[in-house]
Amino acid sequence: MTKQHVLTTINGEQTEFLCEPQQSLLGALREDLGLTGTKEGCGTGDCGACSVIVNGRLTCACLVLAVEADGQQIETIEGVAEPQALHPIQQQFLEHAALQCGICTPGLIMATKALLEKNPDPSEHEIRYWLSGNLCRCTGYDKIVRAVLAAAAQLRGAEA
Amino acid sequence: MHAFQYVAPTSLAAARELLKDAISVPTRVLAGGTDLLVQMRAGLHSPARLLDIKKIPETNVLCIEAGQARIGAAVCAARIGEHDALRRLCPGVAEAIALIGSVQVQGRATVVGNLCNASPAADSVPALMAAGASIRVIGPDRERWLPVAGFAVAPGRTLLAPDELIVELRLPVPDAHTAEAYQRFTPRAEMDIAVVGVGARLTLDRDGCCRAAEVAIGAVAPTALPAPEVVAAILGARIDEAALTRAAAAAKSVGNPISDKRGTADFRRHIAGVLTRRVLRTAAERARQRSL
Amino acid sequence: MTDDKVYRWIGSSPVRPDGIDKVTGHAAFGADRLLPGMLHGLILRSPHAHARILSIDTSAADRIPGVLAIVTGTDFPDVTAAMEETGESQIDVRDLARNVMARDKALYHGHAVAAVAATTTTIAEEALRAIKVEYEPLPAVLDIESAMAEDAPLLHEELRTKGLAEMPARGSNVAAVVTYTRGDPEAGFAASDVVIEREFSTPTVHQGYIEPHAVVAECRPDDQATVWCCTQGPFVVRTLTSKVLGWDVSSIKVIPSEIGGGFGGKTTIYLEPVAILLARKSGRPVKMVMSREEVFRATGPTSASRVRIKLGASRAGKILAAEAELKYEAGAFKGSPITPGCMCVLVAYDIDNFRITGYDVLVNKPKVAAYRAPGAPMAAFAMESMVDEMAHRLGLDPIRFRLDNAVREGSKAAYGPKFPPIGLVSCLEQAALHPHYQAPLGPNQGRGVAVGFWFNVGMQSTATLNVQEDGTATVVTASPDIGGSRASMALMAAETLGIAYERINAVVGDTEMAGYCDVTGGSRTTFATGMAVIQAARDVVDQMRRRAAKIWGIDPDQVTWRDGQAIPPAEHATEQSLPPLDFAALAKSAAKTGGSFVGRASLTAQGAGAGFGVHLCDVQVDPETGKVDVVRYTAIQDTGKAIHRAYVEGQMQGGAAQGIGWALNEAYVYDAHGIMENPAFLDYRMPVALDLPLIDTVIVEVPNPAHPYGVRGVGETPIVPPLAAVANAVFDAVGVRYCDLPLNPPRVLSGLLPAAG
Ligand code: FES
Ligand code: FES
Repeated sequence: MTKQHVLTTINGEQTEFLCEPQQSLLGALREDLGLTGTKEGCGTGDCGACSVIVNGRLTCACLVLAVEADGQQIETIEGVAEPQALHPIQQQFLEHAALQCGICTPGLIMATKALLEKNPDPSEHEIRYWLSGNLCRCTGYDKIVRAVLAAAAQLRGAEA
Repeated sequence: MHAFQYVAPTSLAAARELLKDAISVPTRVLAGGTDLLVQMRAGLHSPARLLDIKKIPETNVLCIEAGQARIGAAVCAARIGEHDALRRLCPGVAEAIALIGSVQVQGRATVVGNLCNASPAADSVPALMAAGASIRVIGPDRERWLPVAGFAVAPGRTLLAPDELIVELRLPVPDAHTAEAYQRFTPRAEMDIAVVGVGARLTLDRDGCCRAAEVAIGAVAPTALPAPEVVAAILGARIDEAALTRAAAAAKSVGNPISDKRGTADFRRHIAGVLTRRVLRTAAERARQRSL
Repeated sequence: MTDDKVYRWIGSSPVRPDGIDKVTGHAAFGADRLLPGMLHGLILRSPHAHARILSIDTSAADRIPGVLAIVTGTDFPDVTAAMEETGESQIDVRDLARNVMARDKALYHGHAVAAVAATTTTIAEEALRAIKVEYEPLPAVLDIESAMAEDAPLLHEELRTKGLAEMPARGSNVAAVVTYTRGDPEAGFAASDVVIEREFSTPTVHQGYIEPHAVVAECRPDDQATVWCCTQGPFVVRTLTSKVLGWDVSSIKVIPSEIGGGFGGKTTIYLEPVAILLARKSGRPVKMVMSREEVFRATGPTSASRVRIKLGASRAGKILAAEAELKYEAGAFKGSPITPGCMCVLVAYDIDNFRITGYDVLVNKPKVAAYRAPGAPMAAFAMESMVDEMAHRLGLDPIRFRLDNAVREGSKAAYGPKFPPIGLVSCLEQAALHPHYQAPLGPNQGRGVAVGFWFNVGMQSTATLNVQEDGTATVVTASPDIGGSRASMALMAAETLGIAYERINAVVGDTEMAGYCDVTGGSRTTFATGMAVIQAARDVVDQMRRRAAKIWGIDPDQVTWRDGQAIPPAEHATEQSLPPLDFAALAKSAAKTGGSFVGRASLTAQGAGAGFGVHLCDVQVDPETGKVDVVRYTAIQDTGKAIHRAYVEGQMQGGAAQGIGWALNEAYVYDAHGIMENPAFLDYRMPVALDLPLIDTVIVEVPNPAHPYGVRGVGETPIVPPLAAVANAVFDAVGVRYCDLPLNPPRVLSGLLPAAG
């Protein structure tokens, strides 16, 4: 099968690539574009390790075809930090020890980013609900929830 | 995954053109893809062509007009959750749709996809059945409307012909004395498949008696089922504990549940009763609130 | 008893050295390596739980363009049986070789029978479909009872039960019987006022690490292989891979990637030898990444178990006798964690009369792998449920009853030795005083208590500490960092050297650049590798003292090291001619004063400290649906000295969460043919964020005298108590004693409904 041409925007940068139609966006990001920060834990939409933001919506990259990315705006973990500074969410994850092995972390940071853009002041319950698509096997979620609360507070403070 | 041809028409006319050879070029419609892509990777389907409908304007409609809620086939669940009027007027359908998958999945999955996947446990289906929803189906040179009830004929199978696709779904907006609710039961709080799901829409008269009702139950049979026996148990009666107990008892006899990795048959029957009670109580409460 | 030493760095919670890489996506995990010309390898797996392999025809697959290598069992040498240490357990390398690639028989659904490497995954998938395997299906044994039956089909005809008085003549699926006895159990039961007995069961469960197994292998024409993989121990991968291939260890270099969780499951090998052979045949680098389904079907779950316990106690609340019979599934090859299970089952209590018998039972399921405190959670589920029931029968508070029977310093452990200082009593006392234990319960709520234990282990570790000319230092070990161990290493080095934590980097080396380390597992890394790091730091301190003495022209013994400085003896200092020389100054002038500083240490750590924990769990049970929600949870544990407090808490919380999952919903569901029906996260049902409450932690620090800073080990103990803590809470809520896990809604409801009428 001939490859298809895709023109998309990834982390604000126009990006072109060729892909087979059956390839997932996750596969294209990781294998063709070298953006391996987005992880694969299941390939079936059940773990959230592959979370990216497509046109402002949190999405599992394993459930999107690479060809569907044509003309879309895609944000991945590689685009979260500023050149000289971590994003407050990243900073709070570190300071709250919200990662142990860290494989779930990129997905959780993307999910948190999407949450706080929609709801700057989430309750513990709202955070747990929103993050239920992101499995973490190491932490028991306690420190993740606290990190998200702290990041939300910091971001609100920054805006005030 | 097998290789296939990917097409994304930008108009209904172009989509119809593509449907013309959909029999010789086995075609699957791609909207959210949250079920389809997983199933294709597992080797359950190997279509020669994927027809992505997301670029067709008609499939992206989401509005309430002329007493009808219109939900395009490419509208993702999250958009429905963000539609205040729909959430307020059709809370049962909205809460059922909100239960489809994680936040990530909500950003992709569509209600119509949930229908077409034809899982007996699909969350939206009992709620849509109770709400009296129907779908607009088009083929290469024909068009028809089908009720959601009866659309799925077996797990994974529907009335849709291989050269047809669904453009949109419509449901009547309830009047001021009618309200709806949906609940499902899962072992985990989220990210789980319904062991049983119950949707109900009911209309109360001035005295609080049930004037009309529709109830449907998911995951107790190969397809979600309407539950006329539950309706019979409450019709004309006040929705009090006695009526709820009758309804719950009736719900236990709906369908012919199986035992599988998600629950035993006995457990499903029992839960159908419990949820029916809870859903009717909520729906009746909402109806009372609305008529105030 | 707690540690009151004042430390500068130890016990704080700084950001980890690898933190930025992990939150920005730059950290490279197993599947993140991309090499030019890399092929994709896939494994063909048995569709039968038990079958003889009659023939494998790969010719059609070979002809597919883009298929560059195929291997089957015949490509591997026949390995002779020998036990090899993997860190938390031992494995027979002949079994391991046959688990990596089936030979004459497929022993479980998902067992590897062939592998291919191709230019794309799509082509590799096509090649798998083109391989023709002829099987003769055999009857499968799928549970302990049928495996132990008189006429059971045998997995390994040649296997004879070990541990019996004489070598049996006939084959069996019971690989070993282990026993521990003390005193006179019969007399103890006779003297007891109350005797209770029950049998408990737990299902097969998986470690559930989020990162699937992944490897990239390269092989030069001279058979020098390089393997990049996610593992808990690069040296163990090297040893095991070399045994399976029949190669020298020196012909394999293992580079550990970042690792996305292991919990014991990545202390063994699956893909590594296969990838090397594919790379060798094709002459190209080969990457292999398991799917989630493969992880469930073919990698280390832990044993399903049946445990029967009989307990006798006096009316006054003293346990007088116990009998425990444990049967653990090993999967398709011998080696369940039955021995640690037996050693742990009664370990928390001082009992004069007992008999423990354990059976290692083969079934047609994947070979079990280590899982956090291997063997202990199932044993504790049974014992702690029984202790709870006994307390209830005697009308005693469950913590009081445990305190009256708890082991303490000087008690003889059920498995033999006398305990050095341990923290069980402190943990129980803390639990009794905790506000959680006093808080009122709502309707349909109940509270459970349970104790957990893990030995913690020592084993081999090596550390190097390289001092840089800018006054920073790099700690190199080969202990993969699964949960922040780089930070712990850096903290211990900072404390020992007396310099700032920020001045220290900690890295994980490969098998050529770092000295030997056993696996990160057994809760040994902070203890044992930490000990090596401390010794390496002391080595640097010694060198710096000597260097300062040389500069000052005085005797090295006269130089002391304090707060990161070499300090001359008082008589010289007062002359002002000899100001102290600090770490940075010594490092900066190293080239001129005799060369740079490199500290080294290599050891086999002794004296790992036993770790006890006590968990408190509140549940709410929906009486209509049987759904159990954990509404409050507190984990109390004697961790010894906590080096990085936040990561210690994290271990306690993570272990508790895994144990709660085991208690409530996790389980392998098998059909009648031995095929797992739920090999996906959707239906395996590990806890999601919404399933859990915040998990409170209380760190009790009874220092381990065998470690310079008092470290015991943290990671394993917290998974041990939750199974019984949850079950005991459910009992408290609804009055039903559940003996079979998981406590999913159908199970709980089935216990409630008969009671309801
Ligand atoms: S890899 Fe996409 S959800 Fe798990
Ligand atoms: S930190 Fe390991 S899975 Fe979340």
